[in-house]
Amino acid sequence: MRYIEPHGHMVSRTTDDYTAMVSAGCEAVCEPAFWAGFDRSSADGFYDYFCQLTEHEPKRAAKFGLPHYSWLCINPKESEDVGLANEVLSLIPDFMDRPNVLGIGEIGLNKNSRNEVQVLEKHVDLAGSRDQLVLVHTPHLEDKRKGTRLILDVLKSDSRIRPERCIIDHVEEHTIKMVLDEGFWAGMTLYPESKCSPARAIDMLEIYGTDRIWMNSACDWGVSVPLAVPQTILEMRRRGHARDWVDQVAFQNPVAFMRQSPKFQVPSGSH
Amino acid sequence: MDARHKLVDLAAFMDRVNRGEGNPDFRYQAFLEAVKVLGEGGNSRAAAVLEVFSDPTSEPIASATTKAACGAWPGELGESGAN
Ligand SMILES: [Zn+2]
Repeated sequence: MRYIEPHGHMVSRTTDDYTAMVSAGCEAVCEPAFWAGFDRSSADGFYDYFCQLTEHEPKRAAKFGLPHYSWLCINPKESEDVGLANEVLSLIPDFMDRPNVLGIGEIGLNKNSRNEVQVLEKHVDLAGSRDQLVLVHTPHLEDKRKGTRLILDVLKSDSRIRPERCIIDHVEEHTIKMVLDEGFWAGMTLYPESKCSPARAIDMLEIYGTDRIWMNSACDWGVSVPLAVPQTILEMRRRGHARDWVDQVAFQNPVAFMRQSPKFQVPSGSH
Repeated sequence: MDARHKLVDLAAFMDRVNRGEGNPDFRYQAFLEAVKVLGEGGNSRAAAVLEVFSDPTSEPIASATTKAACGAWPGELGESGAN
């Protein structure tokens, strides 16, 4: 088994998790910038976090033989404070050329507020002006459907943004169709309580096909399972899906998306 | 067996809510609406259930007064921060 974890908040995980992931066949991990579980008190906190994502965490992952990539932004949960967001946005360009940075993310919306939309537009402008890949977080629960629609409209309103270079993450049954129909990539997040179970994720793959879709654990400091992707692979096999079908979703698709950044090195993992 | 187990769990949950006291919770009202969807047939029940819980509006809200989602749309009143 080989797979890529395209969305894992490894700064919140232990070395045991790294060992388990690599043992299960993980060939690369990609870490979007996100909320720490508490609000950072200043832009300096983000500066330190960006250093952690681009310097320290890649070294920690390398000790387990695991290539580590990152995405940078101020996350939507801290975007209500537009002044702080502007300060953080001004820090990002200095980090963009670091060797493990794949693009801007995870940007998006949380409560679908006007300020969140404004900060999203600024991130999209940054991505458009520097031709960056985009990784998008869609809101939780009752806010997801509306937020996904608002996000797609913001992305489509910028002519420099190409849908095939954007992944819209945390899709569920009521949002996946609009994401795929409009040419974007869709990410399915495998969570124990919210978002998507392995069974539902496989259902969606059976219904919508395997093009432009990846799955991830989005493991972080909350209730989440760093081995959710390999566990879902086992469920796919139980349902009788062919090895190539599984490999496309778990390995080839994340590679196809992320190799659009020249910084992403395709893992040479055995099949 | 898995679906049977989950269904009995839901039935027990509804009994538990009925045994409780206090005012009806908007989330439980949405839950009851979603249960009705299950009986409607078709091939998109999961999407339909998720739609029942979703905010049906399309404009951004004035400001975010909380970070968390609660599982069901509280209505315009809840959106303004009253809930
Ligand atoms: Zn995340």
